[in-house]
Amino acid sequence: MNKPLKQHLIDPEICIRCYTCEMSCPIDAITHDENNVVVDASKCNFCMDCIPVCPTGSIDEWRVVEKPYSLEEQYSWMELPVQQDVGGASENGVEALDDAMAQLLAEAHKGAGGKSRPPASASKPSVNLYNLAKPVVAKVQGNYRLTSENSDTDVRHIILDFGSHPFPVLEGQSIGVIPPGQDANGQPLLPRLYSVSSPRDGERPNYNNVSLTVKREPNGACSNFICDRNIGDELQVTGPFGATFLMPNDPSARLLMICTGTGSAPFRAFTMRRQRASAGATGDMVMFFGARTPDSLPYFGPLKKVPDRILKKHLVFSREPGQDKEYVQDRMRVEEAAISDMIRDPRTHIYICGLRGMEEGVEATFGAIAERAGLSWSTVRDAMREDGRYHVETY
Amino acid sequence: MQDLMNVSYDTQIPNNVGLSSDKRVLKALEKWHPGYINWWNDLIPDNFQQSLVYLRTAVSVDPKGWAKFDYVKMPEYRWGVLLAPQVEDRKIPCGEHAGEVAWQEVPGEYRNMLKRLIVIQGDTEPASVEQQRFLGLTAPSLYDMRNLFQVNVEEGRHLWAMVYLLHKYFGADGREEADDLLRRSSGSEEAPRMLGAFNEETPDWLSFFMFTYFTDRDGKMQLESLAQSGFDPLSRTCRFMLTEEAHHMFVGETGVGRTIERTCQVMKENGIDDPYDVDKIRSFGVIDLPTIQKKLNLHYTLSLDLFGQEVSTNAANAFNAGIKGRYMEHRIDDDHKLTDDTYVVWNMEGDQAVQKEVPALTAINMRLRDDYTRDASGGIQRWNKIIEKLGVDFKLKLPHEAFNRKIGVFSGHNFDPEGKLVSGAEYDAGIPNWLPTHADGDFIQSLMKPVYEPGQYAGWIAPPKVGIDNKPGDFEYVKLHVA
Repeated sequence: MNKPLKQHLIDPEICIRCYTCEMSCPIDAITHDENNVVVDASKCNFCMDCIPVCPTGSIDEWRVVEKPYSLEEQYSWMELPVQQDVGGASENGVEALDDAMAQLLAEAHKGAGGKSRPPASASKPSVNLYNLAKPVVAKVQGNYRLTSENSDTDVRHIILDFGSHPFPVLEGQSIGVIPPGQDANGQPLLPRLYSVSSPRDGERPNYNNVSLTVKREPNGACSNFICDRNIGDELQVTGPFGATFLMPNDPSARLLMICTGTGSAPFRAFTMRRQRASAGATGDMVMFFGARTPDSLPYFGPLKKVPDRILKKHLVFSREPGQDKEYVQDRMRVEEAAISDMIRDPRTHIYICGLRGMEEGVEATFGAIAERAGLSWSTVRDAMREDGRYHVETY
Repeated sequence: MQDLMNVSYDTQIPNNVGLSSDKRVLKALEKWHPGYINWWNDLIPDNFQQSLVYLRTAVSVDPKGWAKFDYVKMPEYRWGVLLAPQVEDRKIPCGEHAGEVAWQEVPGEYRNMLKRLIVIQGDTEPASVEQQRFLGLTAPSLYDMRNLFQVNVEEGRHLWAMVYLLHKYFGADGREEADDLLRRSSGSEEAPRMLGAFNEETPDWLSFFMFTYFTDRDGKMQLESLAQSGFDPLSRTCRFMLTEEAHHMFVGETGVGRTIERTCQVMKENGIDDPYDVDKIRSFGVIDLPTIQKKLNLHYTLSLDLFGQEVSTNAANAFNAGIKGRYMEHRIDDDHKLTDDTYVVWNMEGDQAVQKEVPALTAINMRLRDDYTRDASGGIQRWNKIIEKLGVDFKLKLPHEAFNRKIGVFSGHNFDPEGKLVSGAEYDAGIPNWLPTHADGDFIQSLMKPVYEPGQYAGWIAPPKVGIDNKPGDFEYVKLHVA
């Protein structure tokens, strides 16, 4: 049996035949007759150049098919066929177009307890502009150690410059970095995913660059490779990936962010986005950030400088000499009143990001806080998730 | 190296033309900027200026970067100067210089002709914003209000595009012309806009949709022909403007389509089969199809007048000079000089409308108008599909091009919408059935009540099938400022 494939289609009922897509397709995969504008499945390489140029939204249609619809079939349509029942295809918030990346993200988002959805007011992400077969080359523009020299964790702030290659990425999205070398079959190694830590307009506004927050892992094929790069060195990058762990554009949205270690990367991006874009945002941001000690907490210095009225910070440490061990869930219990208020507010969006191990304690704490407020946590959580307001990304 | 793809924000004016290293033009534009902001601020009612509107802004001129959506207050919209990327070794596509390298500077002999074309194009951009300034007060939904404001800010950006060309390439005269673009004003007694069609206020939303469908489509055709210009900066400017213009076509086509859809739905719900049962249909608060046909007749014919005389030496000169090409010049298979070609145009011989061949060079306007008619007829077919699908027996159609004309060979003659020459008495008797009457206008006006609840739509128009930027149905496209 043929493997089902994803086919790009145009909705003839919505399309106004302006042909802007046809003009912007770099490989002439789009064509038209008197009746319809159509995409040639044998040519389309999912570069997505046609998606943002469409004024109607008719172009953003996808069907998973056993056998692609031919041009003749598409020319004859008066309306788009419904999705046939092919292997459980669901087309809402496609996180990645290649299976390996989609699987990695599905795994990372599993902790949300069901299918993740993007916030209603999130911008529409671009996904899979670059892939293993067609990566983009990024130049290292900066590589700074974020943790103190005495700390035994080496977390680095890496700045990548994409030069003249378009690389639109939203806060919360990830990019793939291809490690050097080959697998046992002589194939290139699969990209490793890193969440961007810079906002959508770049680490430096309107320079085409992004930052990553990378922790050196013992024997990590990719993390050591990245951490050892010097300024000017080149990396092969894929992505962007991810279409649900995104921030709301709504300036009145309230954000509750819980993270450990490099899980802080997307929250740095969220915070910078708010600071740069929505002066006068009315929604508050609250962060619970756990690390072993202050000198192993990435961005400890800069974070302290973000005013409390923008971001309320709870930095907790589990190995601070002379103090009791404290984990994020411990501080959440202390802040019960504030959290209880937030989970009842329909403007609140919750984000959890970090090591898989943190999930259980955080869930249990939400459960206890909800119960004392007379709520069922699983009901609250499922409703928030369905509403695009509950997001988990753990690894 | 200068980055000409991404928009640079290192000056007050976002641009991809390296303004920060072009001090003379930067200074001139910075001087012009406050006048523009004043013009904008005086224009649109203040509570809309303070509202957050979900708009798209271009962050680069490649396909991936020019539609980034976010909430913006309109006065803070990043208007800027954006040109499509320069095509290497581009050649002049038409006229006596066809095949020569495209001009990067204004050729002296064509300076005045070019300046005039740019000023006329530039004058229409702010004019339409002026005509539409009060429509926000009667928006049938937040979705429609957002679309109106998107059209408005982009017309504002198109003004910027033309003003940049004037400042950059036309020295002191250019600066003066740029100032005049802000001095003239739609409907003004002392300094009206240059083209007649741009001096009428857009009175209601159906007129707005018809305007964006028919009149903005004339704008699209003009941009298409300027995009073929041998003067490369003008070509690049217009090519990028065309990508934005597609949204305006969309607003028009879907706006009229949704109005038709709602009318047909209401007719069916209430068991009305006769589309001419006007009073009964209107009693349910929707616009009857014959009135929509009358609006269509009006806006189509007014737009045809914008193409000028059928036979024109000005147009011939502009084509021959390589300043303005034909629609899709690069896809036309001829010598691109039109030295011996002919083209069929209408003419009046006595009382008879006849078609005859004239030198193609003089028929450039007519050819563009024919292309326009073909382009405009596509939407009519799709509107008819909506009517057919809902089971109503009615067909909209474009009137004959001789009907209701004020410019060109048909002006001064009484043609009916079928293209038949009729007597004065027949014409007077027919007009109330052919063009919207004041009473029709009053009725449409009576429906123009604002609906500001997210996801809600006025009773005379159907909701859209797809949200902007794929947003869900109840998305709050405009967060209204409450004073």
